[in-house]
Amino acid sequence: MNAPGTAVTIYVPRDSAALAVGADEVAAALQAECTRRGVALNLVRNGSRGMFWLEPLVEVVTPAGRVAYGPVAPDDIASLFDAGLPTGSAHPLCHGLTDQIPYLAKQERLTFARMGITDPLSLTDYEAHDGFKGLRAALALAPEAIVQQVLDSGLRGRGGAAFPTGIKWKTVAAAAAAQKYIVCNADEGDSGTFSDRMTMEGDPYMLIEGMTIAALATGATDGYVYIRSEYPDAVATMRDAVARATAAGFLGDDVLGSCRAFRLNIRKAAGAYVCGEETAMLESLEGKRGIVRAKPPLPALQGLFGQPTVINNVISFASVPLILARGAAFYRDFGMGRSRGTLPMQLAGNIKHGGLVEKAFGVTLRELMFDFGGGSASGRPIKTAQVGGPLGTYLSESQWDMPMDYEAYAAVGAVVGHGGIVVHDDSADLAKLARYAMEFCAIESCGKCTPCRIGSTRGVEVIDKIMTPARHNRPQQVQLLRDLCDTMVNGSLCAMGGMTPFPVLSALNHFPQDFGLAAPDRQAA
Amino acid sequence: MTPTPANVTEAVLARHADEPGALLPILHELQDALGHIPRDSVPQIAAALNLSRAEVHGVVTYYHHFRADAPGRHVIQVCRAEACQAMGSDALMAHAEHALGCHAHAGHGSTSADGTYTLNPVYCLGLCASSPAIVVDDKLHARVTPGRFDALIATLGVPA
Repeated sequence: MNAPGTAVTIYVPRDSAALAVGADEVAAALQAECTRRGVALNLVRNGSRGMFWLEPLVEVVTPAGRVAYGPVAPDDIASLFDAGLPTGSAHPLCHGLTDQIPYLAKQERLTFARMGITDPLSLTDYEAHDGFKGLRAALALAPEAIVQQVLDSGLRGRGGAAFPTGIKWKTVAAAAAAQKYIVCNADEGDSGTFSDRMTMEGDPYMLIEGMTIAALATGATDGYVYIRSEYPDAVATMRDAVARATAAGFLGDDVLGSCRAFRLNIRKAAGAYVCGEETAMLESLEGKRGIVRAKPPLPALQGLFGQPTVINNVISFASVPLILARGAAFYRDFGMGRSRGTLPMQLAGNIKHGGLVEKAFGVTLRELMFDFGGGSASGRPIKTAQVGGPLGTYLSESQWDMPMDYEAYAAVGAVVGHGGIVVHDDSADLAKLARYAMEFCAIESCGKCTPCRIGSTRGVEVIDKIMTPARHNRPQQVQLLRDLCDTMVNGSLCAMGGMTPFPVLSALNHFPQDFGLAAPDRQAA
Repeated sequence: MTPTPANVTEAVLARHADEPGALLPILHELQDALGHIPRDSVPQIAAALNLSRAEVHGVVTYYHHFRADAPGRHVIQVCRAEACQAMGSDALMAHAEHALGCHAHAGHGSTSADGTYTLNPVYCLGLCASSPAIVVDDKLHARVTPGRFDALIATLGVPA
């Protein structure tokens, strides 16, 4: 290894979306090329910047800043070196200084400020980029004062339900119990979402720090992160990060010499979408089938193993360190109405520039899809976008200028959810997607309540009948579908059955022609 | 001497003896070691955790990830969720079924007649901005076209 001054520092992401398009092969080719040319290389495997169309994104450190090249294939490495990659020279794959790429420059990255910049597992790097400042601030505060900061920030649950985080914490803090738990719901099962995955793979200490602050605020001593089995890289990175943070004294029986204990465990889920529902997740953590519990009792009072439990999504916990470090007002000053702060939104599906866009609430879907996303990947007109995961509504073009805001979306029967945006071009068949929504519910229903268990299967059947008008009376079947959706919305125990009608009815209302219905139905979803 | 499934189960159970809610971690470790959860391990796990066999069986069969039978030599998962559908995963799945001789249907996987391949649908791998995505023997691949699929399968070195 050469002296640091003479080695060239190159970043190649280790995020699984980069690995899935060959980042390891690119890293190996870089090392081989440096050896061949006698160039000393300091290779850092960072998280992803969230510009997935450019992955694998290779960055070189220059005196002016980090210069980006992408998407890089192993075969490009020789030509990149011929062009002068170590000094950040021009090349057809060069995008100039990473921070000046408009996609990044136009964002408001608060929670994702470190994403793609640091080595995810380096505690030194984390602390050098404002890491653990929130935890240190929290250690100087009384538990009530921590809760007050979170309340004042206006932070609402980023998993989808948007319940005020501070109120949850206050309830758990006020509950009297010998044992309390902090549980992170990292069962990010919504198609079109990956911000939790990126956080766990790209900035795991931020989540650990947020959960530790929650423990200090509520008096909990043990925590669990429940991570879906479809995210093996996130599970591995989190396990490594917890071991390192524990060894360094940020976790364990005596957090940073405070005489306060917080022990963190990583639990791998097993491929049941409904375990993203908080009570089903608790059952799963207890070693049972992930069946939804009736509420009340609230998990805040009787949660994991019957004890008071804080349950938040990854991004909710990850937002907390900054709130403690910079103050509630700093965070609250972003956003609009009752939607305060920023939301890391995820552009996915048929989109040219898919990736992670963190913006304050108030940005519109049109800005996201066109100013950031650059339109569809296929080059065809965009027909619709489903916002908020498989239980979110399909939005028609007339709704693309609404501000991204919990209340504005709720007013038209839509949900912001976890901030996932799945774009479809004009080749999409909304009747087929509506049928898929019902089919997915039938596959994933926990089976406890009838509207969800039976309704989803009946939903698939009735949509099939609508699509075979030669043998069935179409208007009758459409009415049946609406009645069925009404039963599911009002009769289901949780959001699985209760919200599956959202994509179905929005597809039917906005795109009746896809169901073979001539006149647009004016009953807005 | 190769340890029997019963030996492996016993060792896994011993490692998780004091862990609260240990059933999922136990099943994961067992499946990682043996490739599936043998039916004969169910009574052994039930006895160790003071559960009924029905409760353990219920958990094994509830979760899509756990399987009671050994899979094919290569496991291929194709994402069927909306973001991948928007980028042609339905056609990719049809191509995969044809190429591998497997016929996966709603929510269920299938193994080719010769036991070479198991093809499973999967509902989101979190690679939704790089769709369509698949997993070949634990390795993720994104932006997969039918042509790229064939190239990936060819690298497995299965004689045609």
